[in-house]
Amino acid sequence: MLGTCFRVADKFLIKENMNTQTMTTEAKDTKKTIRISGSEAVVRSLIAEGVDILYGYPGGAIMPVYDELYKFQDEIHHVLSRHEQGATHSAQGYARISGKVGVAIATSGPGATNLITGIADAQIDSTPMVCITGQVPSHLLGSDAFQETDIVGISTPVTKWNHQVTKASEIPAVIAKAFYIAKSGRPGPVLIDITKDAQFEEFDYSYEKCTGVRSYVPVPKTDPETLKAAAELINNAKKPLVVWGQGVILSKAEEAFKAVIEKAGIPSAWTIMGASAIPTSHPLNVGMVGMHGNYAPNVLTNECDVLIAIGMRFDDRVTGKLDEYARQAKVVHFEIDPAEIDKNVKTDVAVLGDAKASLEALLPLLNENTHTEWHQKFKDLYAIEFEKVIKNDLHPTKEGLTMGEVLNEINTQTKGEAAIVTDVGQHQMIACRYADFNVTKSNITSGGLGTMGFGLPAAIGAKMAAPEREVVSISGDGGYQMTIQELGTIFQQKAAVKVVVLNNEFLGMVRQWQQLFFDKRYASTEMTNPDFVAIAKGYYLNAKRVTKREELADAVAEMIASEEAYFLEVCVEKEDNVFPMVPSGASVSEIRLE
Amino acid sequence: MSTGIKSYTISVYTENNIGLLNRISAIFQRRHINIESLNISVSEIEGVSRFTIVVNMTEEKVRKIIGQIEKQIEVIKAYYHTEEETIYQETAMFKIKSELLFEERQIQNIIKESNSRIVTVNKEFFVLEKSGRRNEIELLHRELSVFGILQFTRSGRIAVTKERMEISQMLAAFN
Repeated sequence: MLGTCFRVADKFLIKENMNTQTMTTEAKDTKKTIRISGSEAVVRSLIAEGVDILYGYPGGAIMPVYDELYKFQDEIHHVLSRHEQGATHSAQGYARISGKVGVAIATSGPGATNLITGIADAQIDSTPMVCITGQVPSHLLGSDAFQETDIVGISTPVTKWNHQVTKASEIPAVIAKAFYIAKSGRPGPVLIDITKDAQFEEFDYSYEKCTGVRSYVPVPKTDPETLKAAAELINNAKKPLVVWGQGVILSKAEEAFKAVIEKAGIPSAWTIMGASAIPTSHPLNVGMVGMHGNYAPNVLTNECDVLIAIGMRFDDRVTGKLDEYARQAKVVHFEIDPAEIDKNVKTDVAVLGDAKASLEALLPLLNENTHTEWHQKFKDLYAIEFEKVIKNDLHPTKEGLTMGEVLNEINTQTKGEAAIVTDVGQHQMIACRYADFNVTKSNITSGGLGTMGFGLPAAIGAKMAAPEREVVSISGDGGYQMTIQELGTIFQQKAAVKVVVLNNEFLGMVRQWQQLFFDKRYASTEMTNPDFVAIAKGYYLNAKRVTKREELADAVAEMIASEEAYFLEVCVEKEDNVFPMVPSGASVSEIRLE
Repeated sequence: MSTGIKSYTISVYTENNIGLLNRISAIFQRRHINIESLNISVSEIEGVSRFTIVVNMTEEKVRKIIGQIEKQIEVIKAYYHTEEETIYQETAMFKIKSELLFEERQIQNIIKESNSRIVTVNKEFFVLEKSGRRNEIELLHRELSVFGILQFTRSGRIAVTKERMEISQMLAAFN
């Protein structure tokens, strides 16, 4: 199976090892090997893949690898999370802001199972991640040994690939394959489980990167005929609408994408995962689609004549009721994953392949257009949404603070340059709706899985991957407490994350549903909260609480000016709702403004 | 596209890998699809395994399933076919008391007419093997159960397709 992996010699390791290590001369050609343990091979393989930071938590079955991490600490920085779930989310945040593979490491049993939420999140949001777990010695496999769990079995449905290693000699090729699979094509998480005896075992190590797996086609070939057909539909469209997703960001297609929509003059809306691919202020950017998306793109989805989906997967939160979704439109779907074609929405033209390559090839086939009248419809509907919703969110006249005005203040003071890392719930929808994104890869959130507790640890990974950027973590009081222990990681790593908690003393999104659909029966959604400022101070963070509008601007200014991590709690109105809203099971054009 | 539920034979060519069975069966499980029969064997290509999976579902669903199967890293290619597009067989074994073979004339006729084969006979029991379509095996089962069957088992379906499978060329293209 591993023989199917193509390899390229890693020159760096060979050169380094020539002077310091005994080499075995039996190796054919110029391949040089060194005799080392499996655990050292793990660390050397990670370094060979360019890993400089990894997140994890030690324990019995992974101790040999940690011993090597200790030895190699000048080359690879291990970040001790406070819970393995935090490690995965940090690895995800790292991957999402950098485009590189995030790495998390944990011990067997509970260490491994604690990774699962982050792995599932990375799978559904196509985040490149490699997780390494220790496992009980191979002779104990299947015997219910201490801290044994079948993590390969457990992680199978939520990994792009996984594999258990029981022999040290497999390690370099398996790790090479893991990185190749995680980052190629539609990215995703890979888990490698390594038995403790394989970590101790010595073997002749050499490292070669993987460049192909014969049973795996990362990027399907693009049929030029489909591009022509797509161009024809777009050129003949009177009311075209683009909906783009994270695929634009993952394939680094931002510029090609902008060129396409600018040439053809197409109003373009984004899914939550696609946010920030082009600036919020771009004149063709008509906002977010989906349950809490903008009014115009939702309503006009059911009026457009050609719907052009790019690197998105028609999630149910985007489409609402499927049999009333864009039925009048011809659908063009640019997609890297053939399994997504016709999965939810039937397409008229499917353009398989990498978004960047496809969009670059599409550009010369398009006619210039402006669609002025069609654009006016978006503007008209925006005006309605502004009057009914946005104005009150961003510039409230009532006494209580709104989440929207906090976002507005952060926008102003970061000039829309910050990476916004959100958790899950009302604050997430508000942040995605109102954050100014001027830089790509600036919206880091748990879109598909909706993982509460994602935000804080993901922000740590994002800040460590891009220390030059302002990283603002925005959470609600519920999700924040699911991974609040990662404040310890922030403190220990001196990660200058700006942590904002929008506290409404409720699990706000569930409460909103209870209000709208369950006759205000607030079952277990009211939170009795601790003193968040005191907790942050307990971790030696600068911290402040804002309860009044007149304190907000100064507090945000102080937070942004801080060179260290900073905690800001904003006590917002308790029972505000997020609108617009497409009620569950309703059509996107039945979106409610109140 | 047909909306009716039909029997489809799914053929999956894969690398020979521990855990792949789990990965593939999970795809059916999460959509709550019952696998009617499953057989895994070597294929015409060395080192490549072949899954033969029989399911009852709509064509629309089977297409989606195929997409999700093919997406698995170690799956080389997956196909689906209707019964008419395949040549297929199942094998069954019946263990029956030997005395019946001599006491009941009728049994010998059944064996002859059903085109089944006696694999072994000893003092206590004999074993009958029957390969064929499901309905033929079911008919034989009905006929023999009157006399008493000590043990019965039936294999999963194995099938080859009438059309060519482009699998060897795909692998050649990689190498």
